Amino acid sequence: MSLIVNGLTVDHGAIRAINGVSFTVERGKLAAVIGANGAGKSTLLRALSGLNAVTSGSAEWSNHNLLHGKPEAHVRSGVSHVSEGKSVVAELTVEENLDLGSLWRRNKKEAAESKKQVIELFPRLGERLTQRADTLSGGERQMLAIGRALMSKPQLLLLDEPSLGLAPLVIEQIFQTIRGIVDSMGLTVLLVEQNAMGALKIADTAVVLNLGSVAATGSAADLIADPAVRAAYLGY
Amino acid sequence: MFQFINTILIGLTSGAIYALMAMAIVLVWRSTRVINFAQAGLALASAYIGYQVVQSISNYWVALVIAMFAGAGLSALIEIAFMRVLLKHTSSGPIANVAPIIATLGLLGIIKATIAMIWGGQDVVVKPPLSNTGFSIGTHTLVFSPMKLAIVISVALLVLAFSVIFQKTNIGLALRASAFAPEIARLAGIKVDLVRTLGWALSGAAGAVAGLLLTSNGNGSFSPESIEFSLLLISGFIAAVIGGLESLVGAVIGGVVLGLVSSFVLMYISGSLFFIAPFVVLLLVLFIRPQGIIGVKAGRRA
Repeated sequence: MSLIVNGLTVDHGAIRAINGVSFTVERGKLAAVIGANGAGKSTLLRALSGLNAVTSGSAEWSNHNLLHGKPEAHVRSGVSHVSEGKSVVAELTVEENLDLGSLWRRNKKEAAESKKQVIELFPRLGERLTQRADTLSGGERQMLAIGRALMSKPQLLLLDEPSLGLAPLVIEQIFQTIRGIVDSMGLTVLLVEQNAMGALKIADTAVVLNLGSVAATGSAADLIADPAVRAAYLGY
Repeated sequence: MFQFINTILIGLTSGAIYALMAMAIVLVWRSTRVINFAQAGLALASAYIGYQVVQSISNYWVALVIAMFAGAGLSALIEIAFMRVLLKHTSSGPIANVAPIIATLGLLGIIKATIAMIWGGQDVVVKPPLSNTGFSIGTHTLVFSPMKLAIVISVALLVLAFSVIFQKTNIGLALRASAFAPEIARLAGIKVDLVRTLGWALSGAAGAVAGLLLTSNGNGSFSPESIEFSLLLISGFIAAVIGGLESLVGAVIGGVVLGLVSSFVLMYISGSLFFIAPFVVLLLVLFIRPQGIIGVKAGRRA
């Protein structure tokens, strides 16, 4: 069971956003997708979760065709996407945001169990259950967005720039939490990040995107050591 | 003093009906970003269905409930068979924002024509189930009647039911999330298309009750060309805008405010200004507080 992306191509009108992207992520691994602004990172995630239409190529997660069906169907097959920019519903309370992720689940006992787990993982959310989501700090909102995704009991988690707009200390905390989710829950994570160094430090493998195409792939450790990657994406 | 109480009670009654219509408009706006002019047609069609039920079982209150469900069904049907297709084909380009609204105007015409084909163009009457003679206090007789009281109570019950649905149930959570952030709702696994249809159904239910109660606030007669239903649409729309267009609480407040203002203009200033008053209120709100009474300042959503 793994995520297999093959020759994925996505067009935004006349502009080719992603061009023949291929890579594989083994189950239980954390893979980072890094690259400059406009490299096609978010488009890649949006294509995988069914938000964006795809021109050609294939993408499978444990025999489930990710390029077929709506996002709500993907969620039911164990694929959850946390979209860019703290994907919480500002007008709802913290608890309502969490419940939203498990509304589709039939087994309410299991859903309640998931909520307990999420609150154990993010105690700050537990203290703020009745607060509206727009009263939270940036870091707390990101925790809530990830928490909501975990409420859907995913096996594959797609995270789009969780570090965006956060303070360095909070970023460090979020990254460690993501690593913790992979290690303790056995989830597979595809992490899109502009913060290349931070992402590579916690990732097992990485894909480097440049102008919509794969510039390099490999283990995160090898890529950190690669002089070309260092110069282009890590800035030293 | 006596006239003052009368004025408030009359304003409250018509305000309650405007509030329902405003809720109907807000529910469709929140779920699809369309101002639904066909709402007046749906309310009219529901009133006719109520008329048909009263004809056969002669129980007004059962007819009101049946008309409510019929309105919900009709509205859901319009969303599925018409709006869904239309929005898919006009999702981009300069006409994207205008086409669906113009289309609802066309629908309004179609619904009215269909009603005229089925029931004919002349007036029908649904006799108000309660007396329209006002309550008496001592030697004074109020304009406020048992029927008007029943109208206010019916609207209050429906508003209460809606607020329980929206605030306390899973369906309500799905409805609110889909309205505020459809993409996030979708990513959380909510079937947003289905929820959208449900929003239209609830809107149709509110509009249907508004339609039948509207006729009972008068002498009970109406026809496909009744001016009252067009005014109901306009009043409901103005009330919805006063309330900020996004909020059900705002819609109710907007309806009551509009009802009271109209009533005071009618009783204290001039009957000839009655039709102008709502537009003056609308302009004032748009000039002074364009986001509506409890609306949020623009920014979160386009």
